[in-house]
This record gives sequence, structure tokens and C-alpha cells, in this order.
Amino acid sequence: MRLELEKRAQHSSLMTVISPLIAIVLTLLFGAILFSLLGINPGKALYLYFIDPLTELWSLEELVVKATPLILIACGLCICYLSNTWNIGAEGQFTVGAITGSILPVMFYDLEGPYILPLMILMGALGGMAYAAIPALLKNRFGANEILTSLMLVYVAGLALDWLVRGPWRDPDGYNFPESRLFSDSAVLPALADGRMHWGAVFAVVAVVVLGVLLAGTLKGFEIKVIGSAPRAGRFAGFSQKRMVLFAFCISGALAGIAGISEVAGSIGQLRPVISPGYGFTAIIVAFLGRLNPIGTLLAGLLLALSYLGGEAAQVSLGISDKTTRVFQGVLLFFVLACDTLILYRIKLVRNSVAQVVSGGTNGQS
Amino acid sequence: MASLDVIQAIILTLITASTPLLIAAVGELVAERAGVLNLGVEGMMIVGAVSGFAATLQTGNPYIGILAAILAGVLLSILFGFLTLSLVTNQVATGLSLTLLGLGLAGMLGSSFVGTPGVKLQKLDIPFLSDIPFIGPILFGQDILVYVSFALVALVAYVLFRTRIGLIVRAVGENHTSAHALGYSVIRVRYLAVMFGGGCAGLAGGYLSLAYTSLWVEDMTAGRGWIALALVVFSSWLPGRLLLGAYLFGAVGILQIHVQAAGWPIPSQFLSSLPYLATIVVLVVISRNRAVARTNTPACLGQPFVPDR
Repeated sequence: MRLELEKRAQHSSLMTVISPLIAIVLTLLFGAILFSLLGINPGKALYLYFIDPLTELWSLEELVVKATPLILIACGLCICYLSNTWNIGAEGQFTVGAITGSILPVMFYDLEGPYILPLMILMGALGGMAYAAIPALLKNRFGANEILTSLMLVYVAGLALDWLVRGPWRDPDGYNFPESRLFSDSAVLPALADGRMHWGAVFAVVAVVVLGVLLAGTLKGFEIKVIGSAPRAGRFAGFSQKRMVLFAFCISGALAGIAGISEVAGSIGQLRPVISPGYGFTAIIVAFLGRLNPIGTLLAGLLLALSYLGGEAAQVSLGISDKTTRVFQGVLLFFVLACDTLILYRIKLVRNSVAQVVSGGTNGQS
Repeated sequence: MASLDVIQAIILTLITASTPLLIAAVGELVAERAGVLNLGVEGMMIVGAVSGFAATLQTGNPYIGILAAILAGVLLSILFGFLTLSLVTNQVATGLSLTLLGLGLAGMLGSSFVGTPGVKLQKLDIPFLSDIPFIGPILFGQDILVYVSFALVALVAYVLFRTRIGLIVRAVGENHTSAHALGYSVIRVRYLAVMFGGGCAGLAGGYLSLAYTSLWVEDMTAGRGWIALALVVFSSWLPGRLLLGAYLFGAVGILQIHVQAAGWPIPSQFLSSLPYLATIVVLVVISRNRAVARTNTPACLGQPFVPDR
């Protein structure tokens, strides 16, 4: 027996909608099996992981707080992946955005005024954009593989942040903890309600709308999709592949940078050696689960934010490692990708012997 | 002589730092020669590291740990193969998810081992030869995996370029349509190549937790899997050059240990970022000369293959 794929005459629109749902169900099944293997009641564990965080107001707000960076980053990644540009380094652009955005509140900490926050956001966006432009320019100019260069820059950014908060930016009144100064009141993003939800959520929604319109209703959006799906046709249409690489990296870098400074100025309030539980990488899953569609990332971002919350809850009440969250996330991406196959192909199980008679070639032995 | 001792110590750390890079890269080289880009090396490596550590802890025998590490890598690579080869998913995205999954799995399985001392893979002292001053310990006093790494490179170089099997592998990576038309099973060849790559990545991870250190540290691969991927590009898909590249990168990696020991006032974070920066520089330099870079790049690298009936 072996699998055989039969190309569908056209995209299955039914599968386009339900394949992410199938992927989620399969991930939950996998989770149930995993918890059973760990000797934990799977029903109880899954409830704690995925339902319980939704039952209280504060945790719903926390869900939005965690979804904010994911959605911001994933929106930009949609542009990249649609245009067949592989920015894998959003985590680094997030970090650099947080650093450049923090220059004002850390180095010029006595400044006060309403202009500080917009400046911080702008500097965060520019920092993320500049950092993302490096792999894009290296690819355009020298043909260096952007997957590897953008990834290497993630490690470099993490080490730079570590150096800053342990070295020159360490809080002089911080009892030697590796942390920067606490941001002053005018450098903290205002809360949206009484809780921890902050203005970053608004940025995320704006990004979703702007990029959604860009993709669906503009020539640029058309160009992105043509270059991604039919590069040859794109060349004939006069679209520049190189300009697109730079554009996609800059957009996604700027959004990752905004996510970075929003996280620091909104949720944390200072720089620390670690400011992200892997948002930049999880956003890759968000982008794919959201069908590389900005509006899709809104829902997918909330779901993956739930996996972080559930992971924390499970760690406290079930005593399992918080890495379980990453296992769930990785498995989810696996299932999302596998289920996507159903959109383009019908899957058939074929008996080997029949296939061998048909093809009859040298591969028919053994 | 003190200075000779220092040089010897440097060479010995160089070998331990380079060996995991070499092993992981040579496996990925085979997969890529068959046309499959597996970005899951980092994930397979870290799962190999934790499996090797766990199996060694259970049995007390690091050689069983090595087998467990290889097996873990192979299993993950079969998962990757199933998605990319049987279900023709995007290789880049699937490889990434394998790395995310691997980092999560390893962290989860390893959470109880943090701080537990493991069993270290002993160096093999070849009688008499390892007693030769200076070069004895370097050439004849290594752990078995160092010898295995060199043997793997030689074996891969020989099989790829001197045997019929190698010809088929390269044909499948160069032009899968023609290879299929000639009657070779593209998918089967690719599965085997990916599994070889997975076994090597697992073994490289096992080296980290059994020979490089004998501890389990979370995220202990620290991007070595990605560097191994860059090494394959650096080598322009030639096993011999992989040897050079792995030792070059090993040297950059151990620089920080020796610079810090020498008491230079450079922030440790800057030194730690050197291997990553070096990777970028090397990728730029290699890719710059497109004629050279392109001649050996498998033409079908990363492209999905669906046999039409």
C-alpha cells in the first residue's frame, strides 16, 4: 500500500475553509494522546489547556495581550510568504525593534511629553525594518540565502539585547539585576481597559486591516501574489523580484519592530534579557494557520495565544513543562501543512502490486 | 613546553567543537544532493541530544545512547519525509515546523534532566600511539565519533561520486523528472537520503550531550543545526570542503573560550555572536560568485515531486 496524490482540477474551496479546522482537531487528538502517555487525564488536561483560560475576564484580556505581537508579526510574514520570500528572522527583528524603540525611555529617561510614545513606536518600526533589510539586501546583492541569514541575525539580536541589559543599559538603581530602567509614565503604552490590555492590540487590528486591503484590493497585492505563485509571469509583467524581496522584508520587519516595542512599552515596562517566548517563530505558524491572509491571522493569533496561556496554566496545575506549548505549536503547523495538501490534491491509497504492473519499471522490484 | 600544551589544548577543543557540525552537515548534504532541503536539522539535533542523554542515563552505556540519538533523528526525518515527499508540503515550512517541534519535544523530555550529571563518552586511547607526545592525543586519543565523522565524510564522498547509488542520488536531485522517466523511484531515494540526514543530525546532537558535554542543557544546540545548513552551502555540496568548513566554524566557535581565558576585555556576548556573524559573511562570500555557487547546487533542491501516472 502506498499513498498517491491526484491533482484536483481546481482548488477545493470547501477544503480551503475546513482544512485548518481539521488541523486543529488533529492537534487536539494528538494532545489527548500525549497527555495520556504522560499519565494525565486527557479530558481534564485539554480543558485546562484550551477552555479554562477562556472562562475569566482577566485571562481573556491576557489572551489579547499575547495575541497582539503574534498578529502584528504574522501579518507581515503573510506578505513575505505569499511573495515566496522567506523571512524566518522575525524574532530578531522583534528584538531589535524593542531595543531601538527603547532608546528614548532608557537613555533619555527624564523626557516627558505626549510625543515620546509615537517616537518610540516609529523608532521601533524603523529598527525592525533596518534589521530585516539586511538579509533582503544580502540576498539581492549577493544571492545569500535569506532563510539562513535572517535566522543567524536572530541569535545576534538576542545577544545584543543581553549585552545591553547586563552592560550599558543596566538600571543603576536596579540592585544589579540585568534589567533596564523602568519606563517613565509617558513611555508606557496606555491600557485599553483596567487590565493589561494595551494599545498594541489596536496597532494589530490596524495592521490587519491595512494589509488586508493591500493584498485584496491593490495592484501591489496582485504583484505580491503573482511573484509568489508565478515568478516567470511576474517578470513578464515587469514586476521586480528584487524590489519585492526588499519590500516584503521591510514591511514584515517594521511590523515585528512595532510588536517588539509594543511588548516592551505595553506589557513589560522595561528591557530584560528575554522579552519574547518565541513570538517571532510562533508567528510563522500563525501566518500559515491563517491561510497567509491578514484577517486569518487575527483568528490564528488568538488561538496560538491560547496555547501560551494554556501552557502556563498546565505548568502550574499539572506540573508539566512549559515546552509542551511548543510541542503543540509544532504539531499544529505540521497538521496545517499536511491538511493543505487536501486543497490541491485528492489522496488515494493504492495497492502497490497494481501500481507496479502499471509502471512496470525498475522501481517495481523488491 | 607550556606553549605546545596550549596549542594541543586548542586543537583538542577545536576537534570537539567541529565534530557535531561536520556530522550534521554531511547528513544534510546527502539529503540536499537528493533534492530535499530539510530545515529541521536543528530540531532533529536537539531531539538526538536529549534521546542520547536519556538512553545513556537509563542504561549507563553511552553507546546505546548514540544509537538512541541516531534513531530519534531518523524517526523525525521520516515524519518530515512523509509530509514533504508523500504529501508534497512546502519543504521550507515543514522543516521549520520540525525544528519548532523538536525544540519543544526536547525541552519537554529533558526538563527532568536539567542539572543531572550524565555519563561521558570515553576517549578511545589507542595503545602506544596515543602516548606519542603532542600528536598522540590529537590523532589517536579521540572518542569514537570523531573517527566516525571523518569516516562518514570519506564514505559519502566515495558513494556520491564513485558509485552507481551516488549517481542515482545526484540524478534525483538534479532532475527528478528524468530520473523518474529512467525508472528510478524518486520518492524512495529521497526518503532514504532524508533518513540518512536525520540519522546524522541525531548523532550530531548525541555528540553534544554525550561527548562535548555530559550534561543536558535546554536549547543546547544553540543554532548549530542552522550553521550546519549554512556549511552545506559553504561546501558547494562537496563533502571534502565540508571538512574545511566545519573546522573553520569550529575554530570561530571556540575562539570565545580561549579569548576569555586569556582575559581580553571583550563582552562575552560579542564573542558568542561571532559564529552567527561568520555564517552570514561566509554565505555572502560563497553566494557572491554565482557561477561557482550554482554549478554544484542540485537543480531540483527544494522542489516537490509528484509522479504522474
